[in-house]
Order: sequence, then structure tokens, then C-alpha cells
Amino acid sequence: MRHLIDIGDLSVTEIDELIETAKDIIENPKSYSQACKGKKLATLFFEPSTRTRLSFEAAMLDLGGSVLGFSSAESSSTAKGESVTDTVRTVGCYVDIIAMRHPKEGAPLLASMSSDVPIINAGDGGHSHPTQTLTDLLTIKMEKGRLDNLTIVLCGDLMFGRTVHSLIAAMSCYENVRFILISPEELRIPDYIRTDILEKKKLKWVETNEMESVLGEADILYMTRVQRERFFNEADYLRLRDTFILDTKKLEYAKPDTIIMHPLPRVNEISPKVDSDPRACYFKQVRYGKFIRMALIMKLLEVSKCT
Amino acid sequence: MYVDGITSGVVLDHIKAGRSMEIYHYLNLDQMDCCIAIIKNVKSNKLGKKDIIKVDAEIDLDLDVLGYLDPNITVNIVRDGAVIEKKKLKLPAELKNVIKCKNPRCITSSEREIDHIFRLTSPEKGTYRCVYCETEAK
Repeated sequence: MRHLIDIGDLSVTEIDELIETAKDIIENPKSYSQACKGKKLATLFFEPSTRTRLSFEAAMLDLGGSVLGFSSAESSSTAKGESVTDTVRTVGCYVDIIAMRHPKEGAPLLASMSSDVPIINAGDGGHSHPTQTLTDLLTIKMEKGRLDNLTIVLCGDLMFGRTVHSLIAAMSCYENVRFILISPEELRIPDYIRTDILEKKKLKWVETNEMESVLGEADILYMTRVQRERFFNEADYLRLRDTFILDTKKLEYAKPDTIIMHPLPRVNEISPKVDSDPRACYFKQVRYGKFIRMALIMKLLEVSKCT
Repeated sequence: MYVDGITSGVVLDHIKAGRSMEIYHYLNLDQMDCCIAIIKNVKSNKLGKKDIIKVDAEIDLDLDVLGYLDPNITVNIVRDGAVIEKKKLKLPAELKNVIKCKNPRCITSSEREIDHIFRLTSPEKGTYRCVYCETEAK
């Protein structure tokens, strides 16, 4: 039995296979419509979410399976003081696979240690969000046609932005990928990403706090939100939230074939006027998310498409 | 100053000067009722100064804990007044319930009776990280 807790749990070959399966699902959805018939997915969301939870649920429904779960800690036995371990053991008696989001870092790993069914990490605090990374990789593959030889500009909250950490880890496995990291001083990437990935793998990367001068180099511009829920101090959040805003004027610096990505939800960091620019890919990204989650659920449940 | 040898037991030698009390507590030696000598600031050719702990009983030491605290310590096993084995230490690959994660966002800060597990992520730098949140042990 396999879990997906961190993007590093998957080899590059497995990631490529998932992307290929997702592409096949996009092209031949009917072949997959009964792949998980009779199987149940639980979405255990101890923290609010729109996209990820609904994406998992839509993915399982499109595979012919069914879903149950909860969408906040308050509506589960956690409110009575139940441990993560006990909740997961209980839910594992009802379902075949669990997608779990939790505000505490490492909660899905802990769940996987005692679970009898596969656990998918649907986001654990500011730590890791591997299915968003798979979504991002599928988006890049679909929109750029490759995962190597790319310059990726990551902008915003790189400290608590878990999607950024997982994306750097995943993209570091492909040839000739260069990272440009734009953030306020206080929200720079954590040390372990710097030492254990960027420096260890001798990747090409630079840090800056200026947007305009580097936008022209981007094949991919990956914007992130400064997340209020990661701050213990409201004043720090308010001071940092609007540091980098992408608007149509700044976009003039970008290449015609740059793609703009964002894990969503956005607040102010991308002006709504950018949405109509053909380079804006963030809503396509949402759509791709469902297909890659379908591929992942199938892999972890070890089921195949119906011929 | 003269401290007598032991007949059967363990001698922890080459402890970095000043760390013997910390090691005494980490190894729970304070809970033993045998004779234990803690010798501080002993003259050493190799280290200049060192600490030594002598335990006058045959005990099972947690070599992982000891290796994490100071991999340069030499563990001498003594039987019938003679050293029968010298154990060299190394940084253990994993530490369970030796140190605690200090990240308030880590699941270890809220889940009851959870094992605090750290893995050696950089043997060159001796860096340990929490398996749950990847925060570096300080």
C-alpha cells in the first residue's frame, strides 16, 4: 500500500506516468468513468478549502466512486478532542482511500503511520502540498510541452507557500531548470529548501526583491498569496500582503509565451484584469488539478481504466 | 585527584569538557543506584581538557543518544578490571524521543503521545530534521 505525503515519495518516472495517465483521462474520459466503481474516498479537511476538496471529490465521482468526509475540524470529533490518529483509524474502517488537509505540519505523515488505507496529503500547514505540485506539473507539461529547460519565477510568500516548496523539489529533478525567487526578506524560502535542494543539487537560482527586472526571463511566472492564516501577528501580515502585485502594466515585461500560474485562492497579488490575458493559466490549472488527482487515486487504489 | 578504576561496567571517555552532566541526564544515569563517577576537566593530550563518566555496573547504554550528543566519545566496556571492548560512536540515522520539535506548527505540538522522530539529513553537517515538519533540530 502506498501513501502520498510528499512529492518526494514519487519517482520522476512515476510522476511522468501520472501525467501521461492524466493526459489520457483528458482525451478519453469515458474510459475512466467506472474505474473506481464501488470505491469510497474520504476527504478529511481539518482546515477550510474550496478547490482542493472539491477537486478530490469531483475526481472520485468522475471515476465512478463515491465520497464522504468533513470540511472543518469543528464538524468532526476533533472538536471533542479526538486525535488525528484515532480519526484516521476510524474513517479507514469506512473508506478505501483518504485525502487529508490539516493545519499542523506532518499530520498526514502521522496519519499514514497508523492507517490501513492510502493517505493523500492534501496540504499540511505551510509544509507540503504534493497534489498541487502534480497539478502544477501537469499544467506546465500541457501548456509548455516540457518539464525541462525552463526558467521559473516564483513570487510572493516563499516561506510559508507550501506549493512553492513542493514545486521546487519536483522541478529540481528535471534537466536545466532555473529558479528566480522573488519575495520580501521576511518571506524568503526556508533554509532546508535552500540547503537540501537548491545548493545540494547545484541548481541555478537567484533571490531578488524586485519583480520588473526579472519578468522578461520567465517561461513560467508562479504567483503565490501571502497567507493570513500562517501569521501569528496580524500586523506582519498586513505589512507584507501587498508587496508584489501582478497587473497588466508589469505583465508588459513578460515574454509573449510566458505562462502565469497561481495555486489559488488569490487575494490582491494578481489583478483581475490579468485574467483575460492569454498568458493567464490559473483557471486552466484548476481544471488540470482534477485530472491529475484522478490519475493519483487510480494509482494508489491500484485500479486501471475500463477497456 | 585520584578516582579508582571500576571492576565491571562502562567508562565514557573523551567527553567534551563541560558536557558530562548533560550526558548523565540524557542517559538517565540519575535513575541508577550503582556507583557513578563524573570527572570533569581532566587533562587530555587529544582534547586539552575532557570529561569522563565511570559507571560501576554493566548497563545497556543508548549508543544512538550518545552518538547524537557527541560522536567523539569513546565507550569502554570493562569486565574483571580490564577493558574488553572499545566502542566508537557515530551519528545515528534516526533519533526517537531524544529531542523535541520546537516548531509550534508541527503536529508534535498538539497530538498526544506522539513519538518525536528526527532523521539525519546531512551527515557532513550533523543536521537532524523533524520527520513531520522538517524543522532543523537546534
